[in-house]
Amino acid sequence: MELLRVKDLGKHFGGLTAVDGLSFQLRPGEMLGLIGPNGAGKTTVFACLSGFLRPEQGEVLLEGQTLVGLAPNRICELGLARTFQIVRPFLNISVLDNVMVGALLREKSVARARALACEVLGFVGLGHLAQSPATGLPLPLRKRLELAKALATRPKVLLLDEVMAGLNPTEVDELIAFIRRINAQGVGILLIEHVMRGVMALASRVLVINYGQLIAQGTPQEVVGNQEVIEAYLGRGLKHA
Amino acid sequence: MRRLYLLLGLLLAVLLLLPLVLDKYLLGIFVMIFYYAYLGQSWNVLTGYTGHISLGHALYVGIGAYVSTFLAQKFGLTPWLGMLAGGALAAVVALGLGYLGFRFGLRGVYFVILTISCAEIARLVVSHIDAVGSFSGIFLDFHPGFANFQFRGNVHYYYISLGFMVLGSLAVHLLARSRTGRLMVAIREDEQAALALGVDSFKYSMIAIAISAFMTSLAGTFYANYVFYLSPNSMFGMALSIDLILRPIIGGLGTVLGPIIGSFVLTPLSEVSRTYFAQSGLEGLHLVLYGVLAILVVLFMRQGILVYLARALRPWLKLEE
Ligand SMILES: Nc1ncnc2c1ncn2[C@@H]1O[C@H](COP(=O)(O)OP(=O)(O)O)[C@@H](O)[C@H]1O
Ligand SMILES: [Mg+2]
Repeated sequence: MELLRVKDLGKHFGGLTAVDGLSFQLRPGEMLGLIGPNGAGKTTVFACLSGFLRPEQGEVLLEGQTLVGLAPNRICELGLARTFQIVRPFLNISVLDNVMVGALLREKSVARARALACEVLGFVGLGHLAQSPATGLPLPLRKRLELAKALATRPKVLLLDEVMAGLNPTEVDELIAFIRRINAQGVGILLIEHVMRGVMALASRVLVINYGQLIAQGTPQEVVGNQEVIEAYLGRGLKHA
Repeated sequence: MRRLYLLLGLLLAVLLLLPLVLDKYLLGIFVMIFYYAYLGQSWNVLTGYTGHISLGHALYVGIGAYVSTFLAQKFGLTPWLGMLAGGALAAVVALGLGYLGFRFGLRGVYFVILTISCAEIARLVVSHIDAVGSFSGIFLDFHPGFANFQFRGNVHYYYISLGFMVLGSLAVHLLARSRTGRLMVAIREDEQAALALGVDSFKYSMIAIAISAFMTSLAGTFYANYVFYLSPNSMFGMALSIDLILRPIIGGLGTVLGPIIGSFVLTPLSEVSRTYFAQSGLEGLHLVLYGVLAILVVLFMRQGILVYLARALRPWLKLEE
């Protein structure tokens, strides 16, 4: 059975159709890329899956259980966690305390949650900054923190929204390695990414959306050669060039 | 850290011995210091830790004061138990208010307006209930005795209010380190991000407001039996709602020591200037004084006095440990 199944998802903002009849599946242990030009509706898809927006149409099933209509915290409890494109650290508390909030979802004792949080921080390479306030972190480290918080909730499915944006190539490579290791532990990953190197390295399959519609899917290599995809990114004018 | 606990223990020992040397007037000032520190601590649970700004906490002070006094006068129930009844009612009322606010997504100024409105409604309702003295309020008869929560002089009140402050602070300290407290702080920091990590923000906001209201109302019972007079305006009024939030703001929001430090700075100033200005026919001028002080702190010590104090004492206290 699929881990996550999305059927005919639709979301409108007034007259604007942000997500238009999108269907896809995520298999256990799979890493799926979701790409498309700015404003294509990728973040909106994540918001619909994670309960922050309620889709007007369609179904979302996590291991057969329907998610539409559930509160975001319930969806996280069921095993689907997300990161935010614009990272949202808890600024006035320490890095460790940030991750502990996620860890406390599964570990009801503070001591065990602390242990889990430390483990996750070590995993993403933030162990040495555990006691620093989150305010002090530069953006690349904030992105790792965002990842660590979501990871501490022990998700079955992890939605990553442009976690590599704004990072330099070395940082991107480090993050790619982390995400591989998360995936190796059996977590299904849905990845929104503009950094093509990240998508190419990680995703076994890629969905391309434009104006909320699925316009292509396949392996990363297939997709980047697809004429419609090139047009979506570069505009039609280039066809004649 | 051990030095910090040592210092606090030492200060507590000094406070325990003070009644040996202070006169009634000075003890009275300390009673008010402890009382406002405790109130600030109680309010801090909802606003400092969980981030929901209440400007109507007089509501719970009033409920505590009126319920225990009414039960004592009508049924002879000792205020020590009446206090718990008041606390229970305050928690229930707070849960009602919280339900409206948290279920329907009232945040920021909208939540503030809800808290003000509820306190004002309560003040007007109580002003029209004859059984509790309507506009003119209730005078308590003086029957000194432990069971009546009434005492001659200020020594008993001193120790009781000190107990409130110390136990209240200890309770908040433990809460802040617990799972519940950590989730409350996450809600304060960023409610959406907390939701994304599985935090049930509705549930923990409700817990926070119930604890905060319960604690606050206990202070109402204390105050009623300390001043022997309650009126709708003094117990439910906006002035008290504002007064009780100034100390944690000045001392340090969302910290256990903040309300205490804030109260040690502000309360003596307020008490002394109140008496002094009243003598010279300038009643109410003490409020201006505090306003100015609050503005200065907000301008120059944005996070409250505690942060600066901690920084200054850091080397000696070895806070890093
Ligand atoms: N809360 C919102 N209200 C109105 N329009 C929105 C909202 N969120 C996104 N949109 C619009 O929906 C479209 C898709 O946005 P988004 O999902 O953020 O795109 P992407 O993440 O692919 O860049 C855009 O046109 C955007 O302006
Ligand atoms: Mg986006």
